[in-house]
This record gives sequence, C-alpha cells and structure tokens, in this order.
Amino acid sequence: MPEMMVMQALNQAIAEEMRRDPKVFLMGEDVRASVYGASANLSREFGPDRIIDTPLSENGFFGAAIGASAVGMRPIVETLTSFMWVGMDQLVSQAAKMRYMFGGQVNLPVVFRAVMYYGGGSAAHHSDRSYPLFMNIGGLKVIVPGTARDAKGLLKTAIRDNDPVICFEDGTLLGQRGFVPDNSELPGGELLVPFGKAAIHRQGTDCTVVAIAGCVGLAIQAADELQKEGISVEVVDPRTLVPLDKTSILESVAKTGRCVIADPAAKVCSAASEIASIVAEEAFWSLQAPIMKVASEQVHIPFSQALEKHVYPTKEKIMAAVKKTMG
Amino acid sequence: MNIPKDKLMLMLERMWLIRNFELKVIEAHKTGEFAGGAHPYIGEEAVAVGACIAMRDTDYIAGNHRSHGHPIAKGASLNKAMAEIFGRRDGYCKGKGGSMHLADFSVGILGESGIVGSSVPIATGAALASKLQKKDFVSAVFFGDGASNQGACHESMNLASVWKLPVIFICENNQYAVTTSYKSTVAVEHVSDRASAYNMPGVLVDGQDCIAMYEAMTEAVRRARAGEGPTLLEGLTYRFEEHSLGLGKIRRSEYRTEDEINSWRKRDPIVIHEDRLLKSEIASQAEVQHVRDHTEKLSMEALEFARKSPWPEVSELFEDMWADKTMPIP
Ligand SMILES: Cc1ncc(C[n+]2csc(CCOP(=O)(O)OP(=O)(O)O)c2C)c(N)n1
Ligand SMILES: [Mg+2]
Repeated sequence: MPEMMVMQALNQAIAEEMRRDPKVFLMGEDVRASVYGASANLSREFGPDRIIDTPLSENGFFGAAIGASAVGMRPIVETLTSFMWVGMDQLVSQAAKMRYMFGGQVNLPVVFRAVMYYGGGSAAHHSDRSYPLFMNIGGLKVIVPGTARDAKGLLKTAIRDNDPVICFEDGTLLGQRGFVPDNSELPGGELLVPFGKAAIHRQGTDCTVVAIAGCVGLAIQAADELQKEGISVEVVDPRTLVPLDKTSILESVAKTGRCVIADPAAKVCSAASEIASIVAEEAFWSLQAPIMKVASEQVHIPFSQALEKHVYPTKEKIMAAVKKTMG
Repeated sequence: MNIPKDKLMLMLERMWLIRNFELKVIEAHKTGEFAGGAHPYIGEEAVAVGACIAMRDTDYIAGNHRSHGHPIAKGASLNKAMAEIFGRRDGYCKGKGGSMHLADFSVGILGESGIVGSSVPIATGAALASKLQKKDFVSAVFFGDGASNQGACHESMNLASVWKLPVIFICENNQYAVTTSYKSTVAVEHVSDRASAYNMPGVLVDGQDCIAMYEAMTEAVRRARAGEGPTLLEGLTYRFEEHSLGLGKIRRSEYRTEDEINSWRKRDPIVIHEDRLLKSEIASQAEVQHVRDHTEKLSMEALEFARKSPWPEVSELFEDMWADKTMPIP
C-alpha cells in the first residue's frame, strides 16, 4: 500500500474521476498552475477546457458551476474556505435550496473543495473552519476527510454524488502522509468511501473521542499515549457531517459511557455542539460523565504565533478532557 | 425583418396569457386565496414574450421574483403555475416554491430566484455547460434594473464575455426597484451602456414592443449560437401595477406620479401589438378576439385547477431535499 500526502490523494481522486467521466471538470483560481497543489499536472492531461482558471469572482463562478451542474455537467470548484463568504449567496440560496424549492425537478451534482488553512500564521481572513455553518443550512452534504485514504475515497464519492457537496480539506493535513491503497489492491479496482459511515481508528472501552478533520490524527496520538497510562480510548471519525453517522457514535458511547468531541471549528455552534446534543438526547442514560467539547476558542485567528497556538485543539487538550471524564 | 404570422400571433397569445393569468392572480390575492405576495408582470409582457419567442424550447431561461411572465412566455403550463402560486401539490414545485420560484425544467426553465440578481450566475453556468458539451443551446436571464447593481450580475457579464458564453442578459428596466428610481442608482444613463465595460453589445430596446424585443433577441441569439459571446439587452418598460400584491399602500407615497403611470399605460404592449396586427391586416378582429377569449378561458381554467388541487401532505415536507433518497432526517 503506497504512502502519499493528502494533497496527492486529492489529486488522484480528481484525475481518476476526470478520466472516468467527461462531464467532470475543475474550475477555480489558478488551478491550471496548481497554486494550491491539488490540481498539479491536471491541465497537462486534461487541457484548458476541463481545467478552467476563473476570474476572481466567487459569486459569479460558484453560480456558474451550480448552473452547469443543473444541466448535466459535474463541476468541481476549488476554493478556500475563507473565500466562500464571497460566494455565499450562490452556495446557500442556489446550491442548497434549488432542488427543494423547485420540487425536486433538478439535481445539482457539484462539488466545492474548500481548503482550510489554519495554524500557520495566516491571520483572521485566511483561517476559517466554517463547516458547522453549512451543517445548519441543509441541502449541502458536508465532508471532512481526516486521513489520506479518506481524502481520496470521499472526494471520489463526492464527485459521483448527485447532491451538492462541500469537501472541507484540512490544511494541517495536506502535507501529511498516509496509506492509500493502490487500485489494484482493491476489490472493485477503485477506492470509494461511502458517506454517512464513521471510521473507528482505535477501539477502546473507557472513553469515546469523536474527532473531526485535523483532529483525527491528534485524537489517535492521544489515544495511543493514554493507552500507556491504562486508559482505553475509542477514536470515532465521522468522516462526513452531513450525513452524520449517529449510530456509530451512539454505539461507541453506549460501550464506553464517556464522550469527548475534538473539533477544529470555533466552539460555539460547532460540529462538536451538534454531536454533543445528539449524545445528550439519545445516549444520556449510558453516560457516566459530562460530555466534553475540545474545539477552537471562540476568537478570530490572531496572526502572532504566540497567540494562535493557544486557539486550536491539541493532543494535550484532548488527553486532558479524556482524563477529566475519567474523574 | 419578415416575421411569419404564426409567430406574430403566438406573441399576442403569450402576452394575453400572461395578462389574463396575472389578472386572475390579483383577483385571487384580493380574496385571500393564497398566502404571501406576488409580483405582477402586467405592462412588461412584451419583454419576456419577444425574447422567448426568439428562442428554442431546448434553450434555457432563468428569472427573478417577478416570475410569472417568464415561464408563461417560454411555454409553461398555466395550470401548474397557478397551482404553485396556491401552494398546491399539482404546482410545478409541488407547493415548495410558490410565486417567486416558478420553474419548469421540461421547457428549459431553470427557475426563478427570490434573491435579486442571484439567478444571473446560474444562467451563465448553463451557458458554460452548453459550451463544454458542444451543444448549441443558448441561455437567457431576466433581471431588473435593481438587480443590475448586484455584483453577481457584473461578475457574470465579465465571466460570460471572457469565456464567450452563449448567454443573453436581459435587463427588464421597469425603472424602479420597489420605490427607488434607477436614475438614482445606476451611474450611467442606460443599463445597457454597461455592456461596453464587458466588451459585449449593449442594446437598448423598446420594451413595450414585442417585435423590437424579438428582433434584438434574434440577433443576440444568433451571436450566441455562433460562438460570438454574450449580449446585454435592456428592455425599457414599466410595471403597471404596484411592486407586489399587498403593497398597495406604497402608491400613496407617490414615488411615481399618476401622470407618469397614465402615460405609460397608454403604451400598453398588448394594445401596441394588436393595433399593428389589425392595421397591417395580418390579423382580423375576429382572430384577435379569439386570442382574448381563448386566453381568458385558459386563465380561468388555471384558477379552477389551482382551487381544486390538493394540498401537499405533511409526509411530503422532507421530500426533495436530496437527490439521495438514503439521507437521514436529522
Ligand atoms: C438581495 C435582495 N435584496 C433585496 C430584496 C428585496 N427586493 C425584492 S424585489 C426588490 C426590487 C427589485 O427591483 P428590480 O430588480 O428592478 O426588479 P423589479 O421588481 O422592478 O421587477 C427588492 C429590493 C431581495 N429580494 N433580494
Ligand atoms: Mg425594476
């Protein structure tokens, strides 16, 4: 099984799907030159008709992608999470709502790939982790790959999906390496990760850690260290937030009786908040300790590294929360 | 331009369909038969009709909140349109869209948008798809003078021009956005003047004359199909009614004078076209009367159809959120 960076896994997913289906094309700013990395070499293979550089007009080209998807194309839009604010009307008023509002007359198979850069001194305008907002809107599938394998498999599934999907690509992971099976090793000859099915990265009996996107690796490290201290942690990665695999989370909490949720988004109305409320409503009688959220501080991202490093969840914060649930 | 009689009569029929349909909508609103508002298209019929008759069934249109005229001009069913406005199951959108969101994808209507300016990128995207698919479908979008100030509109025009997309931007300049005159919000004299900034033709058209609209649109469609890129058409027109049903009180604030309203009412697009057909002896009085009666009858039938159509069941509430039928309801 080859090891590759998350960025390369995303690149493979796009290339494979573009080879398979001529309706798939990629558009975004500077995608031909692959300034952000995931579209490397694609323009050489697919040419300028299918790898399209756009003007800086997020509202305009997000909408154009949605319109193209309404009449038979399968566009992939590359953007940064922070630039989605500019195209928000198209995402919310059109992508999310058109199908319902028009009584199911139209499918919108469009994928927005939203890179989340944070943690590297990018300051407040380039460090957003906005997926919880999109969970609230409805009509948009929200996927948050936490490993290289899932980045490839989920993105391929997203491109084939008939609903609009936003793929939040965690910038702290893009350069990380992970195992991605080679197609020849796979039964169907390709890697497709289904939506709505959590991955259990570590089995455990004392505490469930539900970990999202960049927190997945931190939670695994925390689990491995706590193991040495005799605490058995189960790491559940939902992989997709819309749809959310409630069953796997609830089954894990029923087994462990404890729940910590690690989420890189800001803590108020985060994905962690929603998961906590589900656990409180549906697994209350299994709980032996209060649910703990380990999410980012509710603050804009400061530029100074001296400040920024205090904002996000860390392995240490996850370990401390688990220990707190253990009493 | 030599326009065949059947097209000229079709224009008359579609304008009368819109007019009579809207009169029924106004009537039904007065008696409280449906909830929410509605934005009548009366006075502006020639813009959508002239444009749509110059298009093919397979071409796309998108529109805005003043949404009844566009689909009818493109050939959508009156019954389903009225049932939608009534929130009934037999509506185009099964009651999920209502007056501002009529859509009939079967005749190329990509939907009407309640967010002003928001459907302009959508139509642009449909044109991008035509180009990528190497089809000769064109796409047109109707938007108001108010919408012409939205970034989405400007972004789309630039995008369409640099990519030479087969899209026609049709500004229905009825001169007001609710109560605000375009003269105080548009920095150039005419909305169509803006076309030069996007390196596309900008054509100011008499929006009360369906033939003028048809001719301008025919050239714009020709250009688009030939791969020569987009056009901005501005149909200068006037809405005879208030901005929206239920906002009658605004009239008294006199953002526009009775004189102005009356002078525009004298330029009724249907009267202009009828007179022309009669004077040039293209149509007889009897033929014109038949169109009036027939469209009145169809509008009445639409009203009856909507009244009798069942309400959606509560079990339909979550339907159509997703193409994917396995999606859980949170
Ligand atoms: C983005 C947005 N802002 C404000 C409104 C409220 N609104 C609805 S219609 C309208 C006026 C639109 O004017 P115009 O585009 O000229 O179209 P018209 O109603 O004259 O046909 C306004 C302000 C809205 N629906 N969407
Ligand atoms: Mg107006």
